[in-house]
Amino acid sequence: MSKLYMARNSRVAARTLDGEMMIMSGRDCTLFTLNKTATILWQSADGLTPLDEIVKLRICTEFAVEPAEALQDAETLARELTRHEILQISEEPIPQGNPAAGES
Amino acid sequence: MPQLTTEVEQHSLVIEIGGMPVRVNTTDPGFLGILQSRYSGFVGESHDAEIEFDVELAAPNPADRDADVEVKYGFGRWSLTRGDFRAEWEPSTRLGWIRQTANPYSIDAVLRIVHTLALARQGGFLLHAASAIRNGKAFLFAGVSEAGKTTISRLAPPDVTLLTDEISYVRRKGDGYIAFGTPFTGELAKLGENVSAPVSALHLLAKGSENRIDEIAPGEAVRSLLANLLFFAEDEELVQATFHSAFEFVSRVPVARLTFVPDARVWELIG
Repeated sequence: MSKLYMARNSRVAARTLDGEMMIMSGRDCTLFTLNKTATILWQSADGLTPLDEIVKLRICTEFAVEPAEALQDAETLARELTRHEILQISEEPIPQGNPAAGES
Repeated sequence: MPQLTTEVEQHSLVIEIGGMPVRVNTTDPGFLGILQSRYSGFVGESHDAEIEFDVELAAPNPADRDADVEVKYGFGRWSLTRGDFRAEWEPSTRLGWIRQTANPYSIDAVLRIVHTLALARQGGFLLHAASAIRNGKAFLFAGVSEAGKTTISRLAPPDVTLLTDEISYVRRKGDGYIAFGTPFTGELAKLGENVSAPVSALHLLAKGSENRIDEIAPGEAVRSLLANLLFFAEDEELVQATFHSAFEFVSRVPVARLTFVPDARVWELIG
C-alpha cells in the first residue's frame, strides 16, 4: 500500500481559538471549523510525515481506535479536506517553503 | 474663428467617513448637489484627501443592470464593477475614477467597498451592525436583515448618539477599536452622527421574550463576527487579513448575545 503525504494549503488562513481550529479559504471566504481529528491532520501536515505515521503517533494515542480503521478514516478525511482545498495530498513527500503558511 | 476648446468647470467635495477623506470630482453641479445632500454631516474641509475620484456620469446600461458586485486587484489597481457602476482605484497614486448614472446609490456602494479595502489592511472593518455611543462608549449591535438593528436604533433613549442603524465602521487603534458614525443607513433612513468613541462591546442581536445578555463562546463570537463583516474583494491576501482581524477583535472586545423584546427597556442593559 502506498504512502500518503499531506501539506497545508498556503492559500487558507488558519487560527486556533479556545481549542477550536478555524480555517478560511482565501479563494471564496468559506469558513471551516475542524473537528479534533481534522485538527490533528492539519497540525501534522508537514508534507514529509506519511499519514500512517501520523495516525499511529497522534490519532491512535489520542483516541482508542484500531490502527487500520483509524488509517482508513483519516485517509477519507484527508481527501475531504483536500477537496475543500485546505490540504494537498500526494503519494510523494511535498516540500514546503513555509510549513505553517497561513496560520498564526 | 470658432473656439476650439471649451473650459469645463470642475466641482468637488470631500466626503470624510471614519476619518478618511475622499475627494469626489464632477463636472455636473446637479450631481454635486445630490452628494452634498446625501452626505450631509460627512462633507469635510480636508485638502489632503487620501483618495480622489473623478466621477463620469453616463447613461444607464439596461443590459448590465442586475450584474453582481465584483472587486478585483491587478496591475496595481482595484477594479470595482456592479450593474450600475464601474470604478478603478490605484492605491499608489490615490487616484481613481467612477462611471455611473447621476444617483447617490452607486457612489455609496463604491465608498463602502473602498473603505472595506482600506480598513482591511489596517485591522478594521465595516460590519452589518447598528452602533451607538452612550456614556462615551460605543456599542455595536450586529445581525443580519430583520435581526433588529433598526428596531434597537429606534428604541434608543435621548442620551444615546446613533452612529448608524445599518453599517458600522470599526477602526483599530492601539490595543482597542474605535467606532465611527457613518452615512450608510438602513430602514431608519437617518444618517448617523459623524462622531466616534472606543468600542466597549459587540452584541449579537436576537429577538426573544425577555431582555437579557448572555456570554457566548469565543469560537461562536468569531463565526458570528465573520458572518456579519462586509467584504467584497476576491483577494486572498485581504481575505486572510480580515480573517485574522476578526480574531484580534474578539480577543480584545467583549462579544455577547443580546436577546430583546421590542421595547425601550432593553437599553437598561446597555452602557
